[in-house]
Amino acid sequence: MIDLSLLPDGGIGWLDASGPKSQVVLSTRIRLARNLAGHAFSQRATDADRLAVLERVREAAAATERLKGAAYFRLDSLDRGDRQLLHERHLVSKELAALDQDTRPRPGAALVTQSPVGVMVNEEDHLRLQGMWSGFALDEAYAQLESVDAELGRLLPFAFHPEFGYLTSCPTNAGTGLRASVLIHLPGLVLTKEIGKVLQGLAQVGLTFRGLYGEGSEVVGNFFQLSNQTTLGKSEGELLDHLGKIVRQVIEYEGQARQMLLQTAPDEVADKTWRAYGLLKHARRLTFEEAMNLLSGVRLGVGLDLIPGLSVYTLNKLLIYTQPAHLAALEGRAGGDPELPTVRATYVRRLLETESP
Amino acid sequence: MLCDHCKERDAVINLTQVEHDSKVTLHLCEQCAAEKGVETGVALLKSPLGGFITAMGKSAGSLLPATIDGAPCPNCGGTLRDFRETGRLGCAVCYGAFEVHLRDLLRRLHGSSQHVGERYEVPGADSADPARRLLDLRHQLRVAVDAENFELAAELRDRIRVLE
Repeated sequence: MIDLSLLPDGGIGWLDASGPKSQVVLSTRIRLARNLAGHAFSQRATDADRLAVLERVREAAAATERLKGAAYFRLDSLDRGDRQLLHERHLVSKELAALDQDTRPRPGAALVTQSPVGVMVNEEDHLRLQGMWSGFALDEAYAQLESVDAELGRLLPFAFHPEFGYLTSCPTNAGTGLRASVLIHLPGLVLTKEIGKVLQGLAQVGLTFRGLYGEGSEVVGNFFQLSNQTTLGKSEGELLDHLGKIVRQVIEYEGQARQMLLQTAPDEVADKTWRAYGLLKHARRLTFEEAMNLLSGVRLGVGLDLIPGLSVYTLNKLLIYTQPAHLAALEGRAGGDPELPTVRATYVRRLLETESP
Repeated sequence: MLCDHCKERDAVINLTQVEHDSKVTLHLCEQCAAEKGVETGVALLKSPLGGFITAMGKSAGSLLPATIDGAPCPNCGGTLRDFRETGRLGCAVCYGAFEVHLRDLLRRLHGSSQHVGERYEVPGADSADPARRLLDLRHQLRVAVDAENFELAAELRDRIRVLE
């Protein structure tokens, strides 16, 4: 069993809802893709190459101020449940954790992490520096990540080209290597059926959206991850400013949609959020998807001050701890245990009882 | 650089043509290139394809014409065909080896191939930073031991000891 006490805040400090606009924006995530000059990229790397890369990254991380006390996990020596646990905390990607059927983690696949910043090693690129912060905090997030990047870049020779910028395994990430994502809750736009227009508009301004777990994941519980699509031809500041500007607009649209719901159908909205709360509070079996959708309804109620006395932190905690690997670990069950829906409902009831509206 | 044709605007595209067995490279601005019937990356700037190809479940390599190939990367041996199939490049040197095709692809993906973000200087092995020199020597030591070059390894070990 993985020792998560190595991570002072479990690697999920961003759950505390302390960041700006954290009722609507769960988290801000930024990653920077970097490769080491002189080593084959992931696609052509041998096991020996990967282990050499890992050794260099570990040594360099230990010599930095920001990562010298980092926790270190070798994905290739963890069992599936533990790898999934790290993925559910958004600390590693699905690819690094090798969670697809019949896949094994690559030798040398590792996570070096000192909250809120971590480095995935031997993912699609040699290094994926990344971090998650509470709420809508693009500038703060980038400032912290950039300082780790600068420290590592002084100790390791990153692959860089004067025209193309930082060189990455896939050219879609070349240039800045920067992908910033804002995880945002948009039930108002979904209920007013305006979401399609907003998402269409995103593509036109060079942004993209994904589900809760990033690339390739489905949208559940009205949580959308909005991020920049291109990484080259604009500076880091321009990419972040542009994303920030559009996210602020989306937050405004969401606010307008919520006000419209309150004005045109106040009883229906109140009924919907209280029903969601009632089901979470009393259900005896919950699938993950159902729990997510009900949590979305309750979150809307809390945001509209319809459900008093329930904190966003509790809702955030439920989002993480009701995921399969977390429940299994908490209750000592196997990942595919058919009783997980029962365990989930019990866990949700217990947590909600500690805070009653 | 100014456009070879109008000599007024900045050249944004290199057009290589083969005429009478000799190669002629023209540096053209977007407008002159369009007049010559060349579709430029700049013209595609308004609709970068990155999101589109991801949504289609395709790799960036699939945007390259199936007809182009050529010499493999001198460093890793990867070819453009490998890239078309996997969407991933083999090493940093591939960017130089396939520069012309990748420049065009980057323009189609991002609307530009020119990095304007943070500049980065690769730290030299003769860096004044002792931490950096130490890491580099340790790396060289591992390479020397793997290659069973024990004479070099011993020398590197001595240098590491001094720095430590």
